[in-house]
Order: sequence, then structure tokens, then C-alpha cells
Amino acid sequence: MKALRDSLLIYRRSLTLTLRQPVWIIMGIFQPILYLVLFGPLLEASTKAAGAGGNAFNWFIPGLLVQIAVFGGAFVGFGLVAELRNGVVERMRVTPMSRSAMLVGRSLRDVTILVAQGALMIVLAIPFGLHLDPAGSIALLGLLALIGLVTAPLSYTAALVLKSEDALAPVVQGIALPLLLLSGILLPMALAPDWLRFIASLNPLTHAVDASRALFNGDWGNVEVPIGIGLTTILAIGAVWLASRAFSRANA
Amino acid sequence: MAAPTRISTAVIETTDLRRTFKTRGGAIEAVQGVDLRVGAGEIFGFLGPNGAGKTTTLRMLATLLSPTSGEATVAGADLRREAQLVRQRIGYVPQGGSTDPAETGRGELVLQGRLYGMSKSDATARAADVLRTLDLEAAADRATGTYSGGMKRRLDVGLGIVHRPSVLFLDEPTTGLDPQARARMWDEIRALRELGTTVFLTTHYLEEADALADRLAIIDQGRIVAEGTSDELKQQVAGDVITLGVEGPRDRVIALAGGLPFVREIGEHDDDLIRLYVDRGETAMPQLLRFLDSAGVSTISIALNKPSLDDVFLRQTGRSLRDDAAAA
Repeated sequence: MKALRDSLLIYRRSLTLTLRQPVWIIMGIFQPILYLVLFGPLLEASTKAAGAGGNAFNWFIPGLLVQIAVFGGAFVGFGLVAELRNGVVERMRVTPMSRSAMLVGRSLRDVTILVAQGALMIVLAIPFGLHLDPAGSIALLGLLALIGLVTAPLSYTAALVLKSEDALAPVVQGIALPLLLLSGILLPMALAPDWLRFIASLNPLTHAVDASRALFNGDWGNVEVPIGIGLTTILAIGAVWLASRAFSRANA
Repeated sequence: MAAPTRISTAVIETTDLRRTFKTRGGAIEAVQGVDLRVGAGEIFGFLGPNGAGKTTTLRMLATLLSPTSGEATVAGADLRREAQLVRQRIGYVPQGGSTDPAETGRGELVLQGRLYGMSKSDATARAADVLRTLDLEAAADRATGTYSGGMKRRLDVGLGIVHRPSVLFLDEPTTGLDPQARARMWDEIRALRELGTTVFLTTHYLEEADALADRLAIIDQGRIVAEGTSDELKQQVAGDVITLGVEGPRDRVIALAGGLPFVREIGEHDDDLIRLYVDRGETAMPQLLRFLDSAGVSTISIALNKPSLDDVFLRQTGRSLRDDAAAA
């Protein structure tokens, strides 16, 4: 009860403060538009060449949204480093507030922003020729939220351990980039040689991407849907547990 | 060390509190067995050079750092076993600030109150209260990033007292403030004592400890070297202090002055001055000058002082706190 109340307090505060930074809002809207305008035209031709078939945007948008969720979540640690530096985290640690609320409130803020960004992207893609499946879109946004609950807590954990942007940047890039390349987000893994496809199949993100494509296009019976959602849920539980511990460690 | 006196109820009591940090270069014993008693309603000054263990001790008492060993009771609760209770009863104002530059002063105060369990309306009313007390009303709805150093510091204090704690910890409350803002902060701290709050503050400014603290402890290299009221500590330094600057080697002058009947002790420190501890400075000084003249010593400077806390520190550690503060 107390944890829930404190989580909501931190959620409201961090969301308000994020929305007060116009740069972030503009970036959040501008980034999807850039992808649609500058990358979209390349899509149709390349997906045809790859033999993926179907609507190029319906194949690409779910992957792109997963990418935004991965990177958007992975970078939230930088905001926490700033909060560590200006003393806000320490000030809260001295209060009797719930330790896990420090994580949960911030992560819910991150998930809210991811989902809003995702919804905006889907709507903006409709004039470009996206075929919209409303139920599938909502399911996809739910999966994005779940992915955010993996990446954001992990990013916070790294920030609490490393405590500096300079140390955090290579760690975030070093982990997120190979995961992304190995997930079939940018190009279909059908194009990959066998060894690469094998490694990719071990990457949980690959399954999340496959699940997101299936969900988005209403392919509910696809076997990747339960695999992707199941794996992501397990990872989210682990990440939230790990990060809550990092926040409650008195000596961090 | 002066015996702790006149303390009816101890609000902070520590026994052999220690903290060791493990680093690549080996273990660093930042705090090496601190015993403290702080009475209810007093301003307790924790004085020491940078790196002496002040902040480490403070962070332990505020539940931010767990002690390596030792016991402590803070505000009636056991530090190790009842940390949550300690947190409810204390306020803590960290050294480097505690606010988000994008949030308003009022926003920070209301949130802080709510994190201490207040209802929204209570927290809002209390925030208005604190803003008025600290004269921050005009800036209340501006982002703290626009505040001056003094205003930011007052808001930090406000965040520490929102929940009316019985003990307030202040880490270097006036470091980096201009003299006006510092005097202002001193007034705020004294006002807190009037309300019955026990204030535990660290400082490396002698003047601050002298002017504010009812009692104080001096810490150096992780150990308490002296504890008591400012006057008690100064009395440990025998009599008055004559600070002497001479031309040429100091050794000869020290040997000569050591033979004088009214000189009780001679201190020689890393500055180029000689300190003579004498019983009655006002009669000793003319005699000393005549003697030095007749011995052919040319005196460059001479000053007579009542002993300061710096003399106490010098006597205990052989180093001047003032040099350290100036270098910091």
C-alpha cells in the first residue's frame, strides 16, 4: 500500500519534470517522423528484395517500435545519473519512503513515454500506407511497455553502480547495439547466414520482435507470441527485482 | 578530553562507531571509533579538516551508510535495527544540494512532505509554512535552477525540516555561501534550536563552530581529538597565545624563549611563526619584546590572542585547521 502510494508520487513527479523539458518532447515526436520520412521510402523496395512480403510498414513499424523501446529504456539511466549528482536520490533515501517505489515510479514514467511515442508513431504511419489492426496495435503497445520494464530498470541499475555518464555510455551502447543487430529489427533474419540466425535465435529480443510483428498484424495464433511475451515477462520480473535491490542498498 | 557535561537526555549517542572503505589501494579507515553524545535541543558542531571523517560519520548517523562496526542510537531509535524509525525522526541536508533544477521550490517541498507520509493538503500547507519561514515565498513557484546559492541552501534546509524532525543533520551548511548568506543561514539554524530541534552540523569553518555550536567535537583522521563547549576546549590551551614572527632561524629564539619563566609552552608549526602559550598575555608581551631586543633578535611581527579553536586543533594535531580551510 505504502509502496503503491510512493510509486505514484514518484511517477507523477518524474513525469511532470520530464514533460517540463520541451527538448525531450520535441525529440520524442521528431524521431518517429524522421524514420517515417527518411527511412520509410527505402522500405518497400528493400523488404520486397528480402522476400518478406506483405505491407512494408506493417513489417517495419513493430520492429522500429521495439527498437525505440529498447533504446528509450536503455538511456533512462542518464537521467538518474543527473539525479544522483544533484542529490535528489540521496535526499529520498533519507526519507522513510518505499525503496522499490524509487524504481517503480520512474520506470512507469518511462513506460508511459514509450507507449505514447509508440501510439504516435502508429498513427503517423497510417498516411504512409500502414494497414492498422486496432486490437493488434494495442497488444503491441502492451508488449512495448513490457520491454520498457526490462530495459529501464537495467539502465537504472547500471547508473546506480557506475554513477557517471562517461562510464554508462559505453556499457549501454555495448549491450544494446549487438542485441539490436541480432534481433532482426532492421532487416529480416531470413537474410542471415545460418550461424547468425542461430545466434539471433538465442537473443530474447528476437522473439520479442517476432511476437510484436505477429501481434501487430493480428496473427494471434503465431507460436512466437507466447514465446516472446513469456521471455520478456520473465526478464522484466528479473530486471525490476535487480533494480529494486540496487535502489535499496544503503551504501550505493 | 573534557568530560561530557550537562547532558540530560542524549538524542544521539554512538559507541565506537567505525567505517572502513575498501578501495583498490587497500582498506581506508575513514572513521576509527567515534564516541559521541549529543543532548536534546543543542546545536552540536562537528569540526574537522576535509577528509577527517565528518561526512562519513554524518552519513552513518543519517542511515545512508551502514557502520562497519559500533553502535548508535539516533532520536531514540537504534541505528542498525530501526533505520526506518530513525529516518522518520531525522532530517538530513546533504552537502551538495538536494533539488532538481527543473522542479519548483514549492513542488519539492510538497513532494518531500508526502514522502514523509503527509496528506496532500497537510503537505501543501506545511510547504507554504516552510517557504514563509525561510523567506522563499517570492521564488516558491520558480524552478530551483534559477535560485541563488543562498536560496538553494535555504530550500535544502526546508526540505530537511518539512516533517518537523527532532534531529536535523546539516552537512557543511554554509560552504560556498557569501558572508551575508552565511550569516542568514546561522540565524535560521539558531531559530531551529529555539523550536527545540537538535542540530548536528559539520563544518570546517572555525568561526562557524565557535559562533553556532553549543558544544562541539573536533575530528581528525577518523578520530575525535577533543569534545566540549567552545570555552572548555579553549581552556585546554594554556593561557593566552602570543604569535611571533622573527628574522632568521627560529630555533635560537625558541631555545631562548623557553627559558622565560612566564612561557608555559611553545608551539612550532608548519607556518613560519612561533606560538608562545603564556599565562597573562598583556603583561608577558612587553617583557618578551624587551628580552628579544636585548638578545639581538629582530622581531617582524607579534600578536596577542585569546586561544581560538584553531589553537585547540593545533595543539591536538600539530596542524592548523585554517591552512586546510584556506586550501580547500
